[in-house]
Amino acid sequence: MILLLTRILSKVALALMVGLLAGCQGGVLDPKGQVGIEEKQLIIVATLLMLLVVIPVIFMTLYFAWKYREGRDEIYEPKWSHSTKIETIVWAIPVVIIIILGVITWKSTHALDPYKPLKSDKDHINVQVVSMNWKWLFIYPDLGIATVNELRFPANVPVAFQISSEGTMNSFFIPQLGSQIYSMAGMVTKLHLIANEPGTFDGISSNYSGAGFSGMKFKAIATPTEADFDAWVEGVKAGTHDVINNGVLDQASYEKLAEHELDAHHVEPTPVQYYNSIASSIFMDNVMKFMKDHGKVELLKGTAFDSKMIHGSSNHGEMNHGEMNHGEMNHGEMNHNESHHSSHDMHTEAEK
Amino acid sequence: MSTTHMNTHDAHEAGAHHDEHHDTGGNTVFGFWLYLMTDCLLFASVFATYAVLFMNTAGGVSGKDIFELDFVLAETAALLVSSITYGFALICAFRKNKKGTLSWLAVTFLLGAIFIAMEIYEFHHLIVNGHGPQASAFLSAFFTLVGTHGLHVTAGLIWMFIMMIEVTKTGLTGRAVTRLSCLSLFWHFLDVVWICVFTVVYLMGAI
Amino acid sequence: MSALLGKLSWDALPYDPIVIGTLCVVAVAGCVLAFLLIKHKLLGVLWNDWLTSVDHKKLGIMYIVLAFVMLIRGFADAIMMRLQLALATNGDPGYLPPSHYDQIFTAHGVIMIIFMAMPFMIGLMNIVVPLQIGARDVAFPFLNNLSFWLAVSGAVLVNISLGLGEFAKTGWVAYPPLAGLEYSPGVGVDYYIWALQISGIGTTLTAVNFLATVFKMRTPGMKLMDMPIFTWTCTWANILIAASFPILTAVLAMLTLDRYLDFHFFTNDGGGNSMMYINLFWAWGHPEVYILVLPAFGIFSEIVSTFTGKRLFGYKSMVWATASISILGFIVWLHHFFTMGSSANVNAFFGVMTMIIAVPTGVKLFNWLFTMYRGRLRVTVPVLWTLGFMVTFSIGGMTGVLLAVPGADYVLHNSLFLIAHFHNTIIGGAVFGYLAGFAFWFPKAMGFHLNVKLGKAAFWCWLVGFFLAFMPLYVLGFLGMTRRLNHTDNPDWNIWLYIALVGAFVILAGIICQFLQLFVSFRDRNKNLDTTGDPWNGHTLEWSTASPPQYYNFAELPVVSDIDAFTDMKEKGTAYVRKESYAPIHMPKNTKSGVVIGALITAFGFAMIWHIWWLAIVGLAGAIVTFIARAYTSDVDYYVQPDEIAQIENEHLDNVAKG
Repeated sequence: MILLLTRILSKVALALMVGLLAGCQGGVLDPKGQVGIEEKQLIIVATLLMLLVVIPVIFMTLYFAWKYREGRDEIYEPKWSHSTKIETIVWAIPVVIIIILGVITWKSTHALDPYKPLKSDKDHINVQVVSMNWKWLFIYPDLGIATVNELRFPANVPVAFQISSEGTMNSFFIPQLGSQIYSMAGMVTKLHLIANEPGTFDGISSNYSGAGFSGMKFKAIATPTEADFDAWVEGVKAGTHDVINNGVLDQASYEKLAEHELDAHHVEPTPVQYYNSIASSIFMDNVMKFMKDHGKVELLKGTAFDSKMIHGSSNHGEMNHGEMNHGEMNHGEMNHNESHHSSHDMHTEAEK
Repeated sequence: MSTTHMNTHDAHEAGAHHDEHHDTGGNTVFGFWLYLMTDCLLFASVFATYAVLFMNTAGGVSGKDIFELDFVLAETAALLVSSITYGFALICAFRKNKKGTLSWLAVTFLLGAIFIAMEIYEFHHLIVNGHGPQASAFLSAFFTLVGTHGLHVTAGLIWMFIMMIEVTKTGLTGRAVTRLSCLSLFWHFLDVVWICVFTVVYLMGAI
Repeated sequence: MSALLGKLSWDALPYDPIVIGTLCVVAVAGCVLAFLLIKHKLLGVLWNDWLTSVDHKKLGIMYIVLAFVMLIRGFADAIMMRLQLALATNGDPGYLPPSHYDQIFTAHGVIMIIFMAMPFMIGLMNIVVPLQIGARDVAFPFLNNLSFWLAVSGAVLVNISLGLGEFAKTGWVAYPPLAGLEYSPGVGVDYYIWALQISGIGTTLTAVNFLATVFKMRTPGMKLMDMPIFTWTCTWANILIAASFPILTAVLAMLTLDRYLDFHFFTNDGGGNSMMYINLFWAWGHPEVYILVLPAFGIFSEIVSTFTGKRLFGYKSMVWATASISILGFIVWLHHFFTMGSSANVNAFFGVMTMIIAVPTGVKLFNWLFTMYRGRLRVTVPVLWTLGFMVTFSIGGMTGVLLAVPGADYVLHNSLFLIAHFHNTIIGGAVFGYLAGFAFWFPKAMGFHLNVKLGKAAFWCWLVGFFLAFMPLYVLGFLGMTRRLNHTDNPDWNIWLYIALVGAFVILAGIICQFLQLFVSFRDRNKNLDTTGDPWNGHTLEWSTASPPQYYNFAELPVVSDIDAFTDMKEKGTAYVRKESYAPIHMPKNTKSGVVIGALITAFGFAMIWHIWWLAIVGLAGAIVTFIARAYTSDVDYYVQPDEIAQIENEHLDNVAKG
């Protein structure tokens, strides 16, 4: 019996040790960015706090089971079932640990809020991310380029992401840099990350979105210097990289990119491709298309649902921000100047 | 939901032992209460959904555009009065007044039927004018919330009809009175839900 | 599309060799079973004594049979997944294409939670709770039967999907927009919806039934705080069911409306909001896991108390801890989607609320420990499961608190770390609990003992297998592997995937041991009869009955004044008292109506899935009419006469005296 108990204990200990050690190359416990580093510290602290209770409990389980088993000559108190002292301790100790953990949780949740810009003396780079079945589109609105399945930015420069989706819900995640956040159609979520050193990091979707989900991967490349990054951007614009160049990312090429098969026996991962120029507000246009009747009109034209289109949809000219569906956009904290601008574009587009 | 237990009131009279806790009428009503609480939560979920979605009009109509308060007031009156008349029916039932019970049940049924007819009319009117539930999330939520309530009322009317047959054929037995008590809970519950619907959906939507 | 057959066509039949192979095996097994039943003339017995029974003890056994059958399918899914992931490394596609694999992981989750764990729990609750409170049956026996057949209906639909059409490919949570019509136009999500909707209604009725039973039908003298602890935990679980399942009913109905009638609850266009689905789903989903685990906690309490020969330490504390876990379980649901973009305040609130649940849970663990303290522990198979649970669940609970910290969750959400955590708690907590309860109450329900050697072997295989299968998943989560992948290409991950596969096979060995144990125990039953009805020197009233119990449970309702009512009786000498005369006992008759309604509802569900509208109407209308007809049946009960009671009671008391 003792042998068996020891076996369990050592199994547990081994598992924990191996886990900790193994987690030390690549992945969440090997972070390369400030956000990820703080999250790793959080994990370690929380685990240690919990182990304060868990290890004694596991030990006591095995010890009491051994010590008080039938056949051993221990005191037997069949009716003893209450002790205020013990109750106080078993309620108090977990309460204290949870209070400590609770305070840590409150503070760290605010500190690690994905929407909070990172403190840096450098200006952040804006990247707009769109998850499509089954690839990632990255738009650099200020630089006028876009890429598919490859994200590049300089090390030690904060990146501010605006994230949306073309259809299904995905989750934008670079494990070695830190937090993930969902991408949802018609909505914009935000994330801030930074790489503390140059390198190439795996990026994935961590919310299942259909047959091609497993291949929905990208590389996040942190260039050693900002100059390297600038050079790369120039290369994209000039089309000098040895990567598929799709030209301009406008609504037509965007929709072409978004095409996919719904169900497949095997979905080929999408190769890295670049766009050397972009239509301005291409990102917001496609976020907004899901809202109001624009969504219905554009999306459903020519489809089986076309006949169900409502009559008397709202006058495009009347659209204003007061009516804007903030319920859907509450994650957007949208730059209203930006969207106002884009909505005007939309009007002209729709009226064409 | 009618009782699924047996004809126990009669059994009780047949001299069942005292330590047999066979207050099955009481158990049935209590069980029905519990079911009603689950129904309450169902409505709460649909209400919550309405609250989240009612502003999502997809460029189409909002409550202000389509709610006709006079009409809704009339159907509300019908339903609320029907609760009172059901109360009268139940009082008659407790007093073993078969004729009175049936009369008041008939009045209640009529008022309930008027409520449903008016609601169907409202839905039909909206749909033919292109404001059906497919038009927007607001309308989906509206039709579902009001429609769920309407389906419950319809079920209640069917139940009421069957109860009228039962009372006519077998009289005000213990079983019948237990079932009428359950139906009473159901009917009043639907009344309360309607008050919430009227307030949250129609009144607040129209202002 | 046709009016007669809806969307059903030859295309619905499977072409995948694995599926066809499986269906052949099932068909053969079914034929063998049918043949054996006919040969041994058991069809009549099956129908008259079991399928139409309204007896809670029989229904409980049938629920557990359902659970074991669905365990086979759910675990087959698991083995297939582990195998695929072990083979599909370094970019290899493996042997399961996404179109198949994605159905498997969806079905695995749905089956294990809804059609294995829930029926197992409800089965144990059915057998034990009425006995523990000194009642003769539940408040609404017909409804109990109906609930069972609604559960079977759901299970049947899930199983039909293997042969006709497909199952959902969305994950067991079926989030829109993926689960909406645009991205899942096939019948898969419809199978999912109707299987869950139908069985969910059955579960809700069960909760109503058992709450009415516990509040209204306790034996005289048994105050609420005298109830056995298992009954208490089941009661809280039932409160959770009653409060949460209606939310599931509502959200599935809304998804149905989106898919069938083009509504816009969760669509991307028309103003729909897919986040609303997630909120509603988890408002049900989180209480659901407490529904699964609380009865298991109750089982452990009974086992620890019984096999140490001690009163449960801190009974009142246990009840209040269960209450607080239940109530808190309703205000934590957002922790399932910390990464959906809610504000820091919202995330922090839900995170803190979640970790607070660790407190009453910890209290329970300590109370079990102090029950063992100065007890005399007999290390039986139920006790092994309990010790295994205490070690395993502590780890699972710890990783749960870790995930409750939003900052940590941001990098661990949806990773294999999460998978490891919830399997840790569901297997280590709920499944170990049910298997412990199964071993504990088997002699009571069946009248003979389970083979001990195979029981121990099953336990060790499950325990070792669990650690081998899931500890690597914690590592993989840290290494950045997310869930629901059907192939990988990171060489660092491979070793862990291989170890996990080995673990899965060890668990398989455990399951095989379990089935072997059943076979051997049945075979040897006459040599291992439980003649006294009290094989463990139990504390609560179920042990005062024969094994299996007299069909009316108690000839005379016992009068009770404390917890551990049966121990009390044994100590006072009032346990086995021969009576002079007995009063007639009122019992409900068996009924066909539950089976018929179940069949009609299954037809309705099937018809809705395939858009066979005429059949849907027939099925639903038929079910309603049958229900109403049942309400007007008068031949639903009978009286057991005193002489029969005396004969049965005396036989039991004689056996006790001998044993």
